[in-house]
Amino acid sequence: MNIQIKKYFYGDIPDDKSGGNIISKETKNDWPLWEIFIRSKQGLDHKHVGSLHAADAQMAIENARDVYTRRMEGVSIWVVQSKYIHATAPEEAGELFEPAEDKIYRHPTFYKLPDEVNQM
Amino acid sequence: MNALINYTLHLADNSLILGQRNSEWCGHGPVLEQDIAITNISLDLIGQARNFYQYASSLINQRGKPLNNPASEDSLAYLRTEREFKNCLLTEQPNGDWGQTVLRQFFFSQYQYLLFQQLQNSKDEQIAAIAVKSLKEVSYHLRWSSEWVIRLGDGTEESHRRTLKAIDELWMYSGELFQPASYELLILNEGIASDLDLLKPKWEEKVKEIFSEANLPVPENVFIQTGGKEGRHTEQLGYILAELQFMQRTYPGNEW
Repeated sequence: MNIQIKKYFYGDIPDDKSGGNIISKETKNDWPLWEIFIRSKQGLDHKHVGSLHAADAQMAIENARDVYTRRMEGVSIWVVQSKYIHATAPEEAGELFEPAEDKIYRHPTFYKLPDEVNQM
Repeated sequence: MNALINYTLHLADNSLILGQRNSEWCGHGPVLEQDIAITNISLDLIGQARNFYQYASSLINQRGKPLNNPASEDSLAYLRTEREFKNCLLTEQPNGDWGQTVLRQFFFSQYQYLLFQQLQNSKDEQIAAIAVKSLKEVSYHLRWSSEWVIRLGDGTEESHRRTLKAIDELWMYSGELFQPASYELLILNEGIASDLDLLKPKWEEKVKEIFSEANLPVPENVFIQTGGKEGRHTEQLGYILAELQFMQRTYPGNEW
């Protein structure tokens, strides 16, 4: 039996176009896409801020430094090639997420909190 | 005093002219990300230039100038003529292709990195402070440009060929970085300027290192062009100043 598994990528980038090192042509358009995550200060987590093109990880980090941290936005940068990010498919959103909509009891909103407890 | 002023202007002019040159890439970079990178470097350099010009203008005004016409960072940048500019010839050379621009930046940043390391200990507090502040920026310029030289030198056949051509164009201007100008010699013993004789072998060693990684030959026995530091420039500077100074000369005193 021939089962075809369809892969989805972040931003729906087709497999054959996302891997810069897989197809090596020498134009700028073939630089692969990278997703950039910036930690804005120590103790916080890295947040996705956007994407950019670069020839390799080193260049991606430097490009991210120039594109995303020039106004003191960060203290640490992560980069990951976009093709390695797997994503849910938009058409599956119904079965994945909608069942949670009518299950409000999963929110901890039915407890009476003592007055002393703030910030819940 | 005059020597210190001239030395400060020399440092400022180097940064301003290279910053102006790099800024020509703004909106024309090979890719968006590198367009931003080279423009950031421009802004760093122009920022350094401002610091040095502000210091130079305060020195000039202390020396005594007509009160109705005091020197300022703007007058120094916008109202001096070619012969008054003391930048090295390297900084005024045309951008050429991307390979030529990054090679020029690499030569200059490697020099500036070593220079500012020494100037951090300058007896002149203001120059030392500017060197400390600029060194982090310059470290990044050096890292960025070194990587590009390796990437292009050791890249495709075309990028290698273009980088060789860039070396042909620029190597003859690299020697001037280490030839002390008359005003540098005057203040050398005061511990203000740095000793260029000490920088030169370190610069050559580092360039050799990067070139060997980039699979590029180090040129030998090339005639070295000089004169920029004493105000004798290539024709290139006139074109740069025409563009840089046009607004102030056409509309004197014009402000944003």
